[in-house]
Amino acid sequence: MVETLTNLSLTLEEFKRLHAETHQETETKRLAIVASKGSLDMVYPALILSTTAVSMGWEAEIFFTFYGLDTLHKKRYKNLKVSPIGNPAMPAPFQAIPFHVPNILGAIPGMTTVATAFMKSWMKKAQLPPIQEFLTMADQMGVKLIACSTTMGVMNIKKEELLPMADIQGAAAFLHYASKASVVLFI
Amino acid sequence: MTQKVQESPKEDSVLDARGKLCPMPVIQAAGAIKALASGQVLKILATDPGSKADFPAWAESLGHRLLKQEAKDGLFTYWVQKK
Repeated sequence: MVETLTNLSLTLEEFKRLHAETHQETETKRLAIVASKGSLDMVYPALILSTTAVSMGWEAEIFFTFYGLDTLHKKRYKNLKVSPIGNPAMPAPFQAIPFHVPNILGAIPGMTTVATAFMKSWMKKAQLPPIQEFLTMADQMGVKLIACSTTMGVMNIKKEELLPMADIQGAAAFLHYASKASVVLFI
Repeated sequence: MTQKVQESPKEDSVLDARGKLCPMPVIQAAGAIKALASGQVLKILATDPGSKADFPAWAESLGHRLLKQEAKDGLFTYWVQKK
């Protein structure tokens, strides 16, 4: 490249060819997502965006790390919930109450169950698949579902405990993939 | 004076995505258009108001041609010609 930069007699045709060659690898767009939260309202956006990306002809990968890894856990993925605690949007049924509700009410036993039930009914209304089906669909469409190896070590999760479509990788592999991505999100 | 009504393109296949919200209409359209040959037209019916922006973006990113789009009484119709 240094030679071509110093050689100003480069013809337009030669420039076009060089430009095409150097930009070839970015032709297929790519989405890289880090999913770090193990709650329903955090996992759905990652699955929605990655499956949409693949539908648009992009490559897509979700790197599940820390509590996000529960999504790929054979037993835990069925139990993903929505927590009203620390959630300023105050998940239903609080929205129906016409005055300010202190966030601490979210700590009343059963509120997480209620918020989770509401979330699931919204998803059903939108005709979105439940998490289990959504994961399978994403996998079949070609979304790469990656389990963070460090999280597995820290939380003592074995490969056999993960869903079969999970591929185990570390931060270096994710960064390598993300460095060639057009869109990178941390959820 | 009679106004000339623009005729809709003739479709080869129809996708009914009514009642579905993002991202399902786009995901289903991606699947449906795979079954068509180059130059054939997929007609998509949707009720998701977001589809108004989504289908032009989807078609453009895949190089398909959005021949026509129509919005009437909450029903959105798209005609997409496969690349």
